[in-house]
Amino acid sequence: MKQLEGQVRIPSGCAVSAVISREGKRMDGQAVIESMKPMHDRSNGLGGGFAGYGIYPELRDYFALHLFFRDHACRKECEAFLKERFDIVLAEEIPVRKLPEITDEPLIWRYFAAPLRSALRTMQVDEKEFVVRTVMRLNAQFPGTYVFSCGKNMGVFKGVGYPEDIGRFYRLEEYRGYCWTAHGRYPTNTPGWWGGAHPFALLDYSVVHNGEISSYDANRRFIEMFGYQCTLQTDTEVIAYIMDFLLRRQKLHLTEAAAVVAAPFWSTIARRSPQEQEVLTYLRTVFSSLLVTGPFSIILGFEGGLMALNDRLKLRSMVVGEKEDRVYIASEEAAIRAMEPNAEHIYAPTGGEPVIVRVKEGTY
Amino acid sequence: MIIDASSLPYSALNEEVRGCGGQCRIIGCLGQRFIGAGLERGSISISGIPGNALGAYLNGAAIQVEGNAQDAVGDTMNAGSIVIHGSVGDAAGYAMRGGAIYIQGDAGYRAGVHMKAYGDRVPVMVIGGRAGSFLGEYQAGGRIVVLGLTGQERPIVGNFPCTGMHGGAVYLRSDCRDILFPGQVTARPAGPEDLAQIRPSVETFCHLFGQDAEEILGAPFTVVTPDSQNPYRQMYVAN
Repeated sequence: MKQLEGQVRIPSGCAVSAVISREGKRMDGQAVIESMKPMHDRSNGLGGGFAGYGIYPELRDYFALHLFFRDHACRKECEAFLKERFDIVLAEEIPVRKLPEITDEPLIWRYFAAPLRSALRTMQVDEKEFVVRTVMRLNAQFPGTYVFSCGKNMGVFKGVGYPEDIGRFYRLEEYRGYCWTAHGRYPTNTPGWWGGAHPFALLDYSVVHNGEISSYDANRRFIEMFGYQCTLQTDTEVIAYIMDFLLRRQKLHLTEAAAVVAAPFWSTIARRSPQEQEVLTYLRTVFSSLLVTGPFSIILGFEGGLMALNDRLKLRSMVVGEKEDRVYIASEEAAIRAMEPNAEHIYAPTGGEPVIVRVKEGTY
Repeated sequence: MIIDASSLPYSALNEEVRGCGGQCRIIGCLGQRFIGAGLERGSISISGIPGNALGAYLNGAAIQVEGNAQDAVGDTMNAGSIVIHGSVGDAAGYAMRGGAIYIQGDAGYRAGVHMKAYGDRVPVMVIGGRAGSFLGEYQAGGRIVVLGLTGQERPIVGNFPCTGMHGGAVYLRSDCRDILFPGQVTARPAGPEDLAQIRPSVETFCHLFGQDAEEILGAPFTVVTPDSQNPYRQMYVAN
């Protein structure tokens, strides 16, 4: 009997890529699509996706909820639930281009919504926490409904297919953003399905990831104690929730969050200055369950910037380059050259060394 | 023969390379993998960015790259030479067992991981710049030379160099005062006999990239070899 993908283990690959303008200049999604072409063979057609930041400036005050539905019954049930909690100013199908390469897509909708003040008062939470709780409830308790993007002025576009085809499918050349991240998937251990493609996003945080998380279950058990629920069958999901927990709820700085998930070895910490030792020891001790082991290179997108990070052993590749106001990050230099043939200052960050790029305040 | 690689998938490009007996110049290269894999004869020069596993299993041919190369350059190469006029990604010379790799710039993590030697097959890798962490990891034979000729702000090698090393030698053009080596290797100042071992390779490097061999060899080197008094015993099984 032929074994289906998901029943057999497939060895790893994956590709990540990103471009960001430090000046906040908006660019269409075509460049980042081009970057995925030379890395085609890192994926196997079972997942591709993109996150664009600054793409919905006219509706920037509303959360942009992107959803997959199995059928219209799921959609109607979800819409009834949303209407009791949000003021929805626009509900529409996400425009797609029918392609022979992309088949069996779910219903793909987006809602621009603001939480009802009465609902916020009742739950005694701020609007971000309200959205997180709503998303967790929908993904866990509404079978056939998946929220895959819920930030403001940003959006995730993903599905089953090669990334360059997924980019065309979602017509990303029609969107303009100051930052784009991209992912080509080669699933390891888990099925390739629409909700399992990268990026994984919560609020404005989005994560693309090449690698596999050896510590997944330890991380999952810890983060689920704080109300996050891992429902999407891909290990990367837990990194998105860890980042939301560390950055939004614990209010850690990016470098501190990096020192939690890619904590230096104790032997490395022992050689740092006393002040650094104190901070690193504190982070490793308090958040020991959030150390992410196993190979990874990730790109975390957020409002106004991004952070790229390798695991502390650097078991995956990552290259950084720049040209004028733009910074490029990818699994391979070839991907950077596909976006900008004359990229300069090409270098590979070391394991656990975060690369943080911020967009100039007031430009996004 | 000139091969325009733009828009060629790696398999088609490699067929063309084999079709011309490995005697070619590749232009517009962008990420195609396995270039020159297993090739015995010929000379390939590449402009653009070759993909991963450049010259994998190379068996005698010569490859030259005008810029940077990506990961796993010379993976398991057996003979021949690879010259990179730039830097390389991670795991250069992975399990290399013969031939030579010359890198003008820096090497990423795990350069020379599991390099090995047998009889007169002694692989050599010369890195002109700096090397990342885990240089010579599990090295079983051959010679790795790091010259540290690029930017002085970083150490000549990253963390955990020569971890699991049990054969061969690593030569670092530095006194290595701040480098932490594992307990199972010996790091000592290189003497004239040690330098004589690497002189031909350093001279070739200098000829390729326009450097002065005497000046380079005049600086202090550290040579790292396995410590036979403190071997890896019973790591997994009694033997």
